[in-house]
Amino acid sequence: MTPEQFLYHEAHLLDTQRYEEWLSLFTEDATYWVPLEPGQKDPHETSSLIYDDRTLLELRVKQFRHPRAHARAPLPRTVHQVGNIVVRDLLVTSTLAVVEFRNEKQKLWAGLVEHQLRRNSDSFRIARKRIDLVNSEGEIEGITILL
Amino acid sequence: MAANEQLAMLVQPDRVHRAVYADPDVFDLEMERIFGRAWLLLGHESQVKKTGDYFTTRMGREPVIVVREKQITVLINRCAHRGAKVCAEGTGNTERFVCPYHGWSYDCGGALKAVPFESGYERKNLSELKLKPVPRVAVYRGFIFASLAAQGESLLDFLGNAKTSFDDFVDRAPGGELEVAGGVFKHVYHGNWKLMLENHLDGAHPAWVHASSVAVARAAPEPGAPGEERYADIAVRQMRQNGAPDSVWEAIGMWTTPRGHGYMGDYHSDDRLVAGMGSPVFGQYRNTLVKEHGEKRADEILRVTLWNTIVYPNCSFMSQFRQLRIIHPLAVDRSVVYTYSFRMPKAPAAMFRDTVAFANVVNGNGSWVLTDDLEVYERLQNGLASGEVDWVYIGRGYGRDVAERGATGTSEIYIRAQMKAWLSYMTRDA
Repeated sequence: MTPEQFLYHEAHLLDTQRYEEWLSLFTEDATYWVPLEPGQKDPHETSSLIYDDRTLLELRVKQFRHPRAHARAPLPRTVHQVGNIVVRDLLVTSTLAVVEFRNEKQKLWAGLVEHQLRRNSDSFRIARKRIDLVNSEGEIEGITILL
Repeated sequence: MAANEQLAMLVQPDRVHRAVYADPDVFDLEMERIFGRAWLLLGHESQVKKTGDYFTTRMGREPVIVVREKQITVLINRCAHRGAKVCAEGTGNTERFVCPYHGWSYDCGGALKAVPFESGYERKNLSELKLKPVPRVAVYRGFIFASLAAQGESLLDFLGNAKTSFDDFVDRAPGGELEVAGGVFKHVYHGNWKLMLENHLDGAHPAWVHASSVAVARAAPEPGAPGEERYADIAVRQMRQNGAPDSVWEAIGMWTTPRGHGYMGDYHSDDRLVAGMGSPVFGQYRNTLVKEHGEKRADEILRVTLWNTIVYPNCSFMSQFRQLRIIHPLAVDRSVVYTYSFRMPKAPAAMFRDTVAFANVVNGNGSWVLTDDLEVYERLQNGLASGEVDWVYIGRGYGRDVAERGATGTSEIYIRAQMKAWLSYMTRDA
């Protein structure tokens, strides 16, 4: 599998609501980060829209399935459109546009993405995923999907 | 618009008419009579430390600039010439605000300093033009307030006992020093501005609204021992605490003031929030306070365990993790909330990492705690749009309150107090 194919596979898991399989793509020491500020250097000295270590990411996915996860029931339907993939060894940058639909509301999210991958036999695992939303500092709604 | 008698019918001792949340005409009147009259919290002195420092914000629907000249001044962000906003949104430092349209420029006190093609005007006509200053500005322990009304009670009278919450916030900081740091979350929700202020003192909602995050956190790995805390621990502790038994919620203190402010206590001790007294970082922090105040006073300070405080009509804050939220009404069914974190510059640096961890899990736009609240605000607004049922029932604990304190921590006294204040602002002559 090439890094490009891996990113498409990841997006497909999210768009088919296979969140547990998506989670298993991440390494045990992985981080999943949606910074608040453009070019943000540090997830501990500045707040983040989302900053999950592997423990919190796992809890986040579990919460999705809880019958009283009000903001996620029914689960949103999404399309993750991945583009402009540039592979530099195991560091992969790409662009992401996500259309989300839930409860008669359609939302659009877009951002620049960075994946730090690790080799895993003939595929990869994600050690670090960072999504810099174009409107991260804007007046935006709650984020109730996985980017 | 509705006469005062009609407005008075909307708010009754234990129920409120849905129009208070859903009628656009009522909203317009609120902007004029509540946000146009009350003291509004705009920010903190640390945002305008040096001469010329400024930030933009809103007072209700008025765009304003908060700027430090000799003292802190608040100016309406609107050029006296053709009405453009002279200052782009954001923060910065400047000597002059220059309008982008025709280059009219103003000093930090709002005085008009230069006008291109000046010879085209009669000098005396220009002499009265300026950036309009907001008539009243006052600071309490570093927090900046302003009022669009020229006349009215003092800030201290307005705050009443709610000032003790600010005292707690500041006293906990070594040297009394606080600074806004770590970025600002801005979350929009599709609901009336009052829904957030009500929710923040509502001890009966977490078990239901936050049921999913409570359940997941209970099954999470146990937080680390003192000195071995992990990033996720603060999230897990906070979410578990939202699932506290009913007896805990009933026992928390719930206080209100005549201006609609309210605050809750006794929900959290530091031990429940972080590894607490056993944590080396917290120990170091306590030692700093002991050096400054002595053992007795330091413990007095740390024994205050206030949780959320509402300063009606635009602010909610909590001192243990130094979070402050300002709500800006956008429309009757749309609001945006700005969330600020504060650093204590003289406390151990690691404490701010805990603040950031807490901010992310509770107030981040992607928080599974916050987003469930936002979902419920929207459901409320949708339900309140129904014309078939008129009344919202706010009767829990009604008739049992003792003065301005709820008989139990889950008394809806905080909504009744907010509504009383609402009615007072809305029906006052000036």
